[in-house]
Amino acid sequence: MPKVRLPKIPDAVVPPPLRKPAKPGSGGTPKGQAPTDLKTSTPPRPTHGERLGNVAKEAPVDALGWVDQRLGASGFLTGMLYRKVPKGTNWFYTLGSATLFAFIVQAVTGVFLAMYYTPSATQAYHSIAHINNEVPLGQFVHGMHKWGSSVMVILIFLHMGRTFFFGAYKYPRELNWVIGVVLLILTMTMAFTGYLLPFDQRSYWASIVGININGTGPVVGPYLSDFLRAGPEFGATTLSRFYAIHMLLVPGAIIALIGAHMYLVVKLGTTAPPWLKFEKPKGASPLAQLDAGANGAGHVNGDRVDGSPVGGEGNGAEPA
Amino acid sequence: MQERAKPDPPGYFEGESMTRRRVFTIAAQGLGGLAGAAIVLPAVGFAIAPIFHRGKERWEAVGPVSDFVEDTYRQVVFTETPGIGDAGKTTAYVRKSSKELGEEPNLFVAVSNRCAHLGCPVRFVEAAGNFICPCHGGVYDFQGKRIGGPPVRPLDHFQTRVRNGQVELGPRYSVTNQLEPVRARDPGEFTGGIWEYLYPPRPSTFPPP
Repeated sequence: MPKVRLPKIPDAVVPPPLRKPAKPGSGGTPKGQAPTDLKTSTPPRPTHGERLGNVAKEAPVDALGWVDQRLGASGFLTGMLYRKVPKGTNWFYTLGSATLFAFIVQAVTGVFLAMYYTPSATQAYHSIAHINNEVPLGQFVHGMHKWGSSVMVILIFLHMGRTFFFGAYKYPRELNWVIGVVLLILTMTMAFTGYLLPFDQRSYWASIVGININGTGPVVGPYLSDFLRAGPEFGATTLSRFYAIHMLLVPGAIIALIGAHMYLVVKLGTTAPPWLKFEKPKGASPLAQLDAGANGAGHVNGDRVDGSPVGGEGNGAEPA
Repeated sequence: MQERAKPDPPGYFEGESMTRRRVFTIAAQGLGGLAGAAIVLPAVGFAIAPIFHRGKERWEAVGPVSDFVEDTYRQVVFTETPGIGDAGKTTAYVRKSSKELGEEPNLFVAVSNRCAHLGCPVRFVEAAGNFICPCHGGVYDFQGKRIGGPPVRPLDHFQTRVRNGQVELGPRYSVTNQLEPVRARDPGEFTGGIWEYLYPPRPSTFPPP
């Protein structure tokens, strides 16, 4: 077990393998150690006040322990939060979290916008005007949602670029790339369906053009635009259809896929940046030794027999 | 590997083709699938139903017969989709049919202002005698045939008729490059020839006149 530096957190939350052995004399003898302090006198009995204080001090930890005993969350959380990352991990690796954060901003502001918005062709424009002009902080929340959507689209493309240029889409992470592409498409769907909702001239004509672009696909195109419009022309239910897709259908799919995406990130670990050289492992596994011996030292990370630095002995990463 | 004789499962009888466990597995999965389908299929059908639904035919009077002449268009605004306010209105350019252009006399021609490229609103420019689209520079001649820019076919038309001295506009239809009427297509979709199969007619539109 390599050394792990832990911040100060209650012992109860740390799973036993990561827990520091107790100091001699403070509750039991560590395994395999002779009891050395038997002759020392027992500590003085705590006073009533001290005992009360101890109980109060232990209460939060006890409560946490009670929950954790039933959830088993601490093992999962420490596994996730203290997992190893490769050497050379840098700011580019934050783009995924940034996209997630942008999504959370969109979800939260979207929920609050829905409290004032009316998805009806005759009232949508006025409800948006009401949000912008009369609701306290309405313009701010609407602005966060509106500009945040562009931020999310930009970030998701930057994240995709990072993944591509760092080669992080290669084995064994292909499936995560595929999930990411689906998430990209869903994000674009959100951007497209959300654009109509203010129902001003720009929204209306942009959606008309967008639907017609969808319609130019051969064979299925005409039916796709009928589906989007709920009819042959822009009609009474087009707006509510876009609204339902925008706030019910796609967000659910996005949340589910983000879960799968992050599960795979935690399970497979992240890649080292491509510019890092492969380092000869210290406690080398036979496979790594064979590989290093055959090709000589100094080839690029990720260029190993299995084609991937998953375990990454050379770059300080082990599966968490 | 040598096969070890497994003890017969409880209830086994000679010549049975399926174990009790397997029967129940299949039955449970089948029932689950049936229940799932009972939820999903109506929901999907609900969502895609508009593709197969054709609304009621609408006719709207746009002015007396005397309002329209042969050599220029008159712009009219009428409701194509009721119940959604201004968003349901559309603009048409209407004129009397012209003998000089080889059209059947004493009819009315209603050209939609929806560009055949991506659906922007075109404008009839009197001085040029052309329809011009502001979005991507599509240009159509007096009859609505494409003469420049990205559009893929002539402008759409509306059916016309005369009732009580009033010109009435009806359902939309598209035309081929030879101005033969076909079922209404969305902008960006070619008409005529093989394109009639690549962009099939939609059941939600009305048959052409």
